[in-house]
Amino acid sequence: MNKWIEKGLRTGVVTTPYPKGRDEAAGISPGLPDAGAEVQDDNNTIASRCPTDALQPTDGPIKVDQRRCIHCFRCVRNAGEPFPWDSGFEWASLMSEASVFPPSFRRSLHIRVIDAGDCGACLNEVKLLNNPYYNMHRLGFFITPTPRQADVLLVIGPVADHMKIPLLKAYEAMPDPKRVMAVGVCALSGGVFRSGFIVGSGVSDLIPVDVEVPGCPPPPLAILHGLLVLAGRSEPHQFIEPANPVEGGVR
Amino acid sequence: MRIDELIAQAKVIWEDALEAAFNISPQEAEFHCKPDRMNEFCNWLHHQKIYHFAGMIVEERSNRWDIHYLFYEEGVAVRILVKTGGPLDQKSFQSISRTIHAADWYEREAEDLFGLVFEGHPRLGDFILHDDVWQEGVEPMRAGFNIGAALENHKPKRDWRPRRIVRAPGSFIMPVGPVYSGDAESVHFHLETVGEEVIRVFPRLFFKYRGVEKIAEGQSVDEALLLAERFAGTTAFSHALAFCMAVEKIGPTVVPERAVALRVFFAELERCRHHIGVIESICNSTGLAVAASQAAILEEDALRLACELAGHRYLFGLVVPGGLSCDLDTDRCCQAVNKLKGIVQRLNDLDQALTASSSFLDRIEEVGIITESQARDYELVGPVARGSSYCNDLRRAQPYLLYDQYDFEIPCEQEGDGYARLRLLFAEVNQSLRIMDQVTENMPTGPVSNPYSVSPGAAVAGVETPRGATWHWVRVAEDGKIARYRPITPSFANWHGLHLAVESFAFQDFPIVLATFGLSVSENDR
Ligand code: SF4
Repeated sequence: MNKWIEKGLRTGVVTTPYPKGRDEAAGISPGLPDAGAEVQDDNNTIASRCPTDALQPTDGPIKVDQRRCIHCFRCVRNAGEPFPWDSGFEWASLMSEASVFPPSFRRSLHIRVIDAGDCGACLNEVKLLNNPYYNMHRLGFFITPTPRQADVLLVIGPVADHMKIPLLKAYEAMPDPKRVMAVGVCALSGGVFRSGFIVGSGVSDLIPVDVEVPGCPPPPLAILHGLLVLAGRSEPHQFIEPANPVEGGVR
Repeated sequence: MRIDELIAQAKVIWEDALEAAFNISPQEAEFHCKPDRMNEFCNWLHHQKIYHFAGMIVEERSNRWDIHYLFYEEGVAVRILVKTGGPLDQKSFQSISRTIHAADWYEREAEDLFGLVFEGHPRLGDFILHDDVWQEGVEPMRAGFNIGAALENHKPKRDWRPRRIVRAPGSFIMPVGPVYSGDAESVHFHLETVGEEVIRVFPRLFFKYRGVEKIAEGQSVDEALLLAERFAGTTAFSHALAFCMAVEKIGPTVVPERAVALRVFFAELERCRHHIGVIESICNSTGLAVAASQAAILEEDALRLACELAGHRYLFGLVVPGGLSCDLDTDRCCQAVNKLKGIVQRLNDLDQALTASSSFLDRIEEVGIITESQARDYELVGPVARGSSYCNDLRRAQPYLLYDQYDFEIPCEQEGDGYARLRLLFAEVNQSLRIMDQVTENMPTGPVSNPYSVSPGAAVAGVETPRGATWHWVRVAEDGKIARYRPITPSFANWHGLHLAVESFAFQDFPIVLATFGLSVSENDR
């Protein structure tokens, strides 16, 4: 047994400086198309490379909807001008100021993860939050096995039809105040499965969503940013209108 | 056996059962068999000629059913398609699962999705579309099926009850899932028990069924590639590769040498990362926190390495029909291999430490045993099969890319228990590194992609993913759109066999056995 303790101690601290400092290690994020890029698309060649309409041509510069980007890299690698890239990870968007937890929740949140049909990549990135590199426990975030103790419902996947009832049951079992975090493009809009056996287009068709984390999959730090935003400890990337608001969502 | 010999032999023995027998290519034969003789013929092929059963592909053509059964032989790159079928109003075919048990789930799947009945199959129904959510008669893979309308018209069976087999005093069903544990994929288990021991386990899958095969229909090749890559994200590269290899075969498109070498490189990188992840979850399942953290660090290192090289942690967007979407200079490959050597070195240290931890070994040794004959009956694949000395690896059995040019071993273990499967993961990572080393040493120069143009036709391509063999069947229609996309996945084969390993072991072993199988639900459910 002692040798395991020794091995653990020998490894030293590998934990990311984020959120106190900046993490600039290589390979922590696949990035997203730069939302602030002023690229004119005169003959609609750049935007037409995007299979998900994440790049939309307008009269002026291309409008970037990061919430739709599935990291296919066709706007960067296919023939033609590469679209500017943003290599960060603080992408979480908030629905409204009211989505942030009351101040008494600032220090600690319990999270129930629901896999509503993800491909395994989002789930793996969520799992990695417990890895020594990210160690979300140090920030007071804990994954809990039961929705009855959960403050946050972290939903990944496009909500496959068979997962609709389990998802609703888990949501209803949570005590108030509760918040829903949709993680990954599938959960935001159905992603590449939009025309399949899924409920609506994204989680917000079923239950009210408070914070959205784009990415396919979002890297662990992007998910961490989403949690910090919910706890009121970090600024959201932007405020957005929910794509499909649910009437009379309980809060 | 040589393909023309086999065809000649079959023509003599099965003269009255075969409508046609010919070879499509030097490596592929096709037999057209009368529907009422399928069971006998497949039985001969599988049990006497010792061909592996790989899976089944059902196609609804304009006026008939085409049902293909895929077999292959080890070592000589021979693939065999046995084709049968009938007019569309014929709904009933002979079941081959009476003699080839591995076909069991494929027939159940076809019954649920196409409405075909397989005579002699002991149990059809309630498989992909759950009976407690769906009414009978919904056949999503039929042409003209409207998903939107179907989703609005759920008619669940209110009186649905799980099936009970065990009838002993005090027996009960312990339900687990679909939402369980901290961060597990959604799947439901009925564990039948009378106390401590799991007598029977029935995994209820397809909670994550998204209808990938249906979505692909009518899409362009470029669109379907996104699906192939994203239905099982942790092995995205291998599946996208199998899809691309199938469409390149239809094309036909020659992939430049450099791209072929780099494809091997990335496929092996993915295998390393995947195996480290499974090792992490095995350590986790036994509660060995330090070892799990160590493995998790290495997994993250491997993910970062992939992202540095290819821009994406799970290698999305990298493989395209005709080659790769971006080049990687050889120096960076060498640096990457050196980094990976460091990772594997630390992994081997972990291996040694685990081998010296008797409390850990107690939990995985002699639990979850699969025998070789069971592995063969169920046609298990990947590390699960190789842990039971059923040594079947497409890189050797059906060499593709450049695998026949590299020097590497296919590790194999005898015991078939959890520990054998764990040892195998460590051994395979080392072999992958060995292959990557050879790739970088002789990296060909030149472009990384050739122009690719879509042409109509059908083809199947096999790839050894980290979890085992996958076969992707693609048919491109005259208009260049996908008419049928059918991935046969390793998790589908291995989930079928999981119950063998779990039954008659104690409850507390269940999560450990499950972890040693390294199964993916999304890869199975599609
Ligand atoms: S990476 Fe792909 S999905 Fe994302 S913006 Fe570029 S083209 Fe669109």
